[in-house]
Amino acid sequence: MTIMKKLLTTAIASAMMVGSAQADISDDTVKIGYLADMSGTYRDLAGPNGLKALEMAIADFGGKVNGAKIEVVSADDRNNPDSSSSTVRRWLENENVDLVAGMVASSVTIAVTKLLEENDGLGIVSGSAASSITNEHCTPNHIHYVYDTYPLANGTAKAVVQEGGKEWFILTADYAFGHALEGDVTRVVEENGGKVIKTARHPFPTSDFSSYILQAQSSGADVVALANAGSDTTNAITTAGEFGLTQSGQTLAALLLFLTDVHALGVNSAQGIQLTTGWYWNMNEEARKWADRFMDETGVRPTMVHAGIYSSTMQYLNAVKATGSDDTQTVRKQMMDTPINDMFATNGRIREDGRMVHDMYLAEVKTPEESENEWDLYKIVRTIPGDEAYRPLSESKCSLVSKN
Amino acid sequence: MDHPVNQTDIQQAMLDQQKSDQRRKHILNLVLLALLLIAPAVIYPVFLMKILCFALFAVAFNLLLGFTGLLSFGHAAFLATGSYTTGYLLSNYSGLTTEMGIIVGTAAATVLGVLFALVAIRRQGIYFAMITLALAQLVYFMFVQAPFTGGEDGMHGVPRGHLFGFIDLENNLAMYYFVLAVFLGGYLLVQRVVGSPFGQVLKAIKQNEPRAVSLGYNVNQYKVLAFVMSAGLAGLAGSVKTVVFQLASLNDAHWHMSGEVILMTLLGGTGTLLGPVVGATFVVNLEYQLSQGPLGDWVDPILGAIFVLTVIAFRSGIVGEIQKFVRKNMG
Amino acid sequence: MSMILGVPVAVLFGQLLLGIINGAFYALLSLGLAVIFGLLKIINFAHGAMYMLGAMVTVIMFDAMGINYWVALVLAPLVVGCFGVLLEYFLLRRIAGQDHIYSLLLTFGVALMIQGILTNIFGVSGLRYSMPEIFQGGFKLDFMFLPYYRAWVIFMALLVCFGTWFMIEKTKLGSYLRAGTEDAQLMQGFGINVPLLISLTYGFGVMIAAFAGVLAAPIYSVTPVMGSNLLIVVFAVVVIGGMGSIAGAIITGLLMGVIEGFTKVFYPEFSSAVIFLVMVVVLLIRPSGLFGKEA
Repeated sequence: MTIMKKLLTTAIASAMMVGSAQADISDDTVKIGYLADMSGTYRDLAGPNGLKALEMAIADFGGKVNGAKIEVVSADDRNNPDSSSSTVRRWLENENVDLVAGMVASSVTIAVTKLLEENDGLGIVSGSAASSITNEHCTPNHIHYVYDTYPLANGTAKAVVQEGGKEWFILTADYAFGHALEGDVTRVVEENGGKVIKTARHPFPTSDFSSYILQAQSSGADVVALANAGSDTTNAITTAGEFGLTQSGQTLAALLLFLTDVHALGVNSAQGIQLTTGWYWNMNEEARKWADRFMDETGVRPTMVHAGIYSSTMQYLNAVKATGSDDTQTVRKQMMDTPINDMFATNGRIREDGRMVHDMYLAEVKTPEESENEWDLYKIVRTIPGDEAYRPLSESKCSLVSKN
Repeated sequence: MDHPVNQTDIQQAMLDQQKSDQRRKHILNLVLLALLLIAPAVIYPVFLMKILCFALFAVAFNLLLGFTGLLSFGHAAFLATGSYTTGYLLSNYSGLTTEMGIIVGTAAATVLGVLFALVAIRRQGIYFAMITLALAQLVYFMFVQAPFTGGEDGMHGVPRGHLFGFIDLENNLAMYYFVLAVFLGGYLLVQRVVGSPFGQVLKAIKQNEPRAVSLGYNVNQYKVLAFVMSAGLAGLAGSVKTVVFQLASLNDAHWHMSGEVILMTLLGGTGTLLGPVVGATFVVNLEYQLSQGPLGDWVDPILGAIFVLTVIAFRSGIVGEIQKFVRKNMG
Repeated sequence: MSMILGVPVAVLFGQLLLGIINGAFYALLSLGLAVIFGLLKIINFAHGAMYMLGAMVTVIMFDAMGINYWVALVLAPLVVGCFGVLLEYFLLRRIAGQDHIYSLLLTFGVALMIQGILTNIFGVSGLRYSMPEIFQGGFKLDFMFLPYYRAWVIFMALLVCFGTWFMIEKTKLGSYLRAGTEDAQLMQGFGINVPLLISLTYGFGVMIAAFAGVLAAPIYSVTPVMGSNLLIVVFAVVVIGGMGSIAGAIITGLLMGVIEGFTKVFYPEFSSAVIFLVMVVVLLIRPSGLFGKEA
């Protein structure tokens, strides 16, 4: 009860502090728009199940915040920035949407965050990988929650170099995301005394990787790194297995793998692969409990994006409750001031560039012997503290940061 | 047996028929125009602008498919060229007024149209479709590789700027009426072209190319001209779209876009002026409505089913079927 | 080690071999398309979806009923082939004689439906399918490691390609087929059920695509969209070979696999576009493709 009282008093206090103009929740509704790929390439990592996660958060919050009801609208982004931006414009300008959540393809995310900045809306990006979203594309109107390319490279590449993988062959998906990842990996490898001896950029998407695997084999590199995503990565891993890449003494490093990808590959093909993740459903008691509930709802285990959507929605609603307002800057400030420790994040905090920094994990895919069921896929090898994992603010190109 | 009187009667009847058709069309056009003028009061303007851009794109495409009988499978290349060129100019040269950006974008697409036409125009039927597809794929590749497009991320934050240097297009209504004007300009141009002697030759080519050749027309010249005009208008649609959405992306250049415009045109009715407009409105609306609702993840199957249904049951397209119906019942 | 343009010759041998293997896939897929276009004048935009169905059916049959790879190799194409026959009977037949473009639109619509429905059921991450035990391992050649399965793929693909070519161009059944589609009335007069022949031909064409799908299931990730990107590449192969030419499709398929393979070494970014460059060049020189008859 004392907690409740405290919360209530802080809520009232902060409501009074913000001033009367933004002191309350506009039109007595908190409206959340969920925008994600519901039918295309990125469907499984966020998609319809991400909407479920969002709805779970609202239900757990009680469906109401400070007496105002919480509503959800959702749309398929079709991986198309045009469609997405007309949807989001309408949400912001006509339907008073307070928060846009989800967001996967980087082209969509960048388009939407620009709109949010124009219309002073708030966005929480959970699906996208590009670290540019809080770097050169940062805005005061969005938060990047789950992960980005920087820790992916940092976590996996560092670990592999330190284990003695000095010479690298990088197989890169030939688009912005792949290039960013390739750049980040190269930097990490060189900083740790390794060397990138060759890179090959394959078109996106590619189904046959045998040619690249053969090139990787003949390059004599110690490590073959995959700077790609989704079916490109799973295809490359399958082909590497078929051509005996690891048997010939090379290490395979996949930089971005989601739980759903590993599930699709199966532990037979994926065993031993090291990867960096922001969350794993079986990493602790709290995560497991939530994952069990998620599985009851959806029939599958959640990816880190699903968990991030739940967690970030909770954070948002708590901030609305605490400030008694759905004004963008008020809520964002409250979220930045509140450390995040929940089923998703440990030592989480939101920086001024919008990056949510939290501990990341170096995981290894279990062997068939270790794996007890179809979703028992990772063992956590190491925890990477958030500040070590993410791009330090001193390197940031974000205009919100450079002032200090 | 000679029935001169009868013949003139028939001619007279046909003329009357044409006149009443004309009158009906005029009234219809005026009603539609009035609707377009008041539409932003009821419907969200950005959404209307999207429809108008795609309608213009489909009208441009239909000039080829519907009135010349050429199936291009590479029109996305023109849309994207207009879109990227305008986006690049407006982003990087702040002194440029918006209409200049659009004009140069359109010009770039027109030039590309000339190049495509020179390579493709002598090919027939499916080979024509495939060579335009191949060329468009090469253009797509260039856009993927070129640094200025932003690759997969796309080009963002294109300023809408000021029309003629003084009309602020950040205002959605101002932007809407500008897009409407551009669309009507394009539409009327195509209407004019189709009705002109030049358009008659195009139709002759569509119906029977060897006959047109034997009548002494330089068929290829006509086809090139129609192609280039279509490409330019498609580029115009892309340029305007970039200004509306303030972004350009690879989706515009992808072959799916070339496919989509074929679908819009066929769905609305090829060879009719209004068909592509109706088709574009229908498809854009449908995709939007479906992607919002609870059927979000069923967009593709539903679209697919509609295409199947169209081809099986309404082959003349929405406008074509209505025309048939009107002729039958009101003629 | 001797080098060509900075690439060891051994690597190039390896790429040549892989190119032929991929080419065999292209050949199989374009063969089916060429049969359908050449004999029925249908532009089958559902071909990619049929390839995908072949792979999906293989996986589903294994998961649900434990049907193994060898049985699937026969059964999955048959299932998909039957589906094709139904498709022809209920839908495609209604637009016979109409402009090509309608068959394109119709089959594209069907493909969208199949892909969309399967995406909703199975997701897009891919289904798991393990390679039969017997194919574990491979040949250690001088210049590369050749997995047994890839050798199997090339053997089977070429067998089916040659068999199909032989059947259509050299047998009585093939001559009926060709005649039946050229002059239906005449053949009806000879007491041949032409509509049935047409249904079966379409079914046969998609069967070959499904067969390619079964071959692909153990080595590529099996997803509902696996065929959609392959589609236009395969179309390009058929056009370069000359629409309707069976031999043209096979030879061009192999050729394109090799060209694409070398592009992956020297300019990998361009590897998905090189085929279109080849197509433009070929059509400029030979308007009806390499093996097509002049229109």
